[in-house]
Amino acid sequence: MNIPENLRYTKEHEWARKEGNLIVVGITDHAQHKLGDIVFVELPAAGTQIKAGTTFGTVESVKAVSDLFAPITGEVVESNGELANAPETVNKDAHGAAWMVKVKPANPAEYDKLLSALDYKKLCEAEG
Amino acid sequence: MSTLKRTPFYPLQAERGARFVPFAGYELPVQFEGLIAEHVAVRTGVGIFDVSHMGEVVIEGPQALDAVQWLVTNNVDVDNGKAVYCMMCREDGGVVDDLIVYRETKDRFFLCINGACREKDVGHIRTEAKKFNARVHDLSDDYSQVALQGPKADLLMSRITGHPVGKMASFTFADAEVAGVPGIRIARTGYTGESGVELYVKNAGATTVWRGIMEAGKDLGLALCGLGCRDTLRLEMKYPLYGNDLDLDHNPIEAQLGWAVKLKKDFLGKPVLEAMKAKGPIRKWVGFKMLERGIPRHGYEIQKAGKGVGVVTSGTHSPSLNEPIGAGYVPAELSSIGSEFEVIIRGKPVLARVVETPFYKREA
Repeated sequence: MNIPENLRYTKEHEWARKEGNLIVVGITDHAQHKLGDIVFVELPAAGTQIKAGTTFGTVESVKAVSDLFAPITGEVVESNGELANAPETVNKDAHGAAWMVKVKPANPAEYDKLLSALDYKKLCEAEG
Repeated sequence: MSTLKRTPFYPLQAERGARFVPFAGYELPVQFEGLIAEHVAVRTGVGIFDVSHMGEVVIEGPQALDAVQWLVTNNVDVDNGKAVYCMMCREDGGVVDDLIVYRETKDRFFLCINGACREKDVGHIRTEAKKFNARVHDLSDDYSQVALQGPKADLLMSRITGHPVGKMASFTFADAEVAGVPGIRIARTGYTGESGVELYVKNAGATTVWRGIMEAGKDLGLALCGLGCRDTLRLEMKYPLYGNDLDLDHNPIEAQLGWAVKLKKDFLGKPVLEAMKAKGPIRKWVGFKMLERGIPRHGYEIQKAGKGVGVVTSGTHSPSLNEPIGAGYVPAELSSIGSEFEVIIRGKPVLARVVETPFYKREA
């Protein structure tokens, strides 16, 4: 299982990473593997306010629709427009090129409450 | 929760990385390597599917022909060795199931029904067959079924059977030895739009046949395929899936399957279907593509000018066309090629247009 130590995680299988004063968000490699071939990604435009624990976008595999859950509350300052034309990037590089949104957090301390790599690994193992 | 059954191929698929899901009471693989890769393998090479959940029912006896003719919409008074796509309807025309009827002999018919419909179908068949001198045997637990589909399926079959599969016409069948196992039913049928066969195998010889196919397909790039690509392959052909596109609330005329309804004979549901065929249905099952971004899915509402007018029954991303495709019931006046309506995707109307089907056409 590919679960980088330098990322934080949600129980809904998003990852979050600090980049300066922003938080970069995507879905985990484990999630893309479970979903299968990703063919559609829908993300909020810059300026959108998102709220921790609520949906902020959608990914669809050939078979199924999945909501994206925000790890943190804040304002989207950039979303990855490349994914609309190349959704398969999520399968190829979930933790890198397939980042989804960059968020200016309302309360940066929220980041520290997200799951650690170890806790996320335990969660994935428990879900099977 | 009821216990899920496993087919004889379960361990052979588990060791090849199958991801299993519950379907029709069985644990069946939804995918192996990846849905799109499997889909492409069937379109360009050959793929193997475990479809053992399908049910098998035999109707035999002096009035077997009359019984089957009464039960199904299409004409099954065909030569021995021929297969016919049919629907079974209730009196009100609602579809009980769609199925393939194989005529074995003058007095014996073999029906392949949907696994998820088995209990309902067998009950319906037994009830109706009582009106005739005919016996009904549910053999579903005795048979496994393997589909081998794709342009290289015939070549693969030629390596494991002496029967000239390549010369078989569509919708015919024969019983022959396959991979050293005698008495395998080779049917020239499928659910993918590609050429190939469906094999009916008694459980005892099932894994031998499977292993024989896998061995003979090694250098052909034979792909293990799951239910996931079975669904995308069939939808590209606009083949209906019972439970999604067909059910008791829809009839064959609305589903645009009138070609499989023969009014020159008597059958259950005929008066309703005959009247609808004459008058024209008020709703029709059409195929459509999206004019704006979004993937249609089963159950999404179809609107015209802000008003609900229909429902999506099947929708996906087509791996062959690399774009979303869908099918659904819409009012007759919105059913012609080029008609436009909106599919409601997560609360937003997304424009769609009726197109010609099948969505995918095999190159000649």
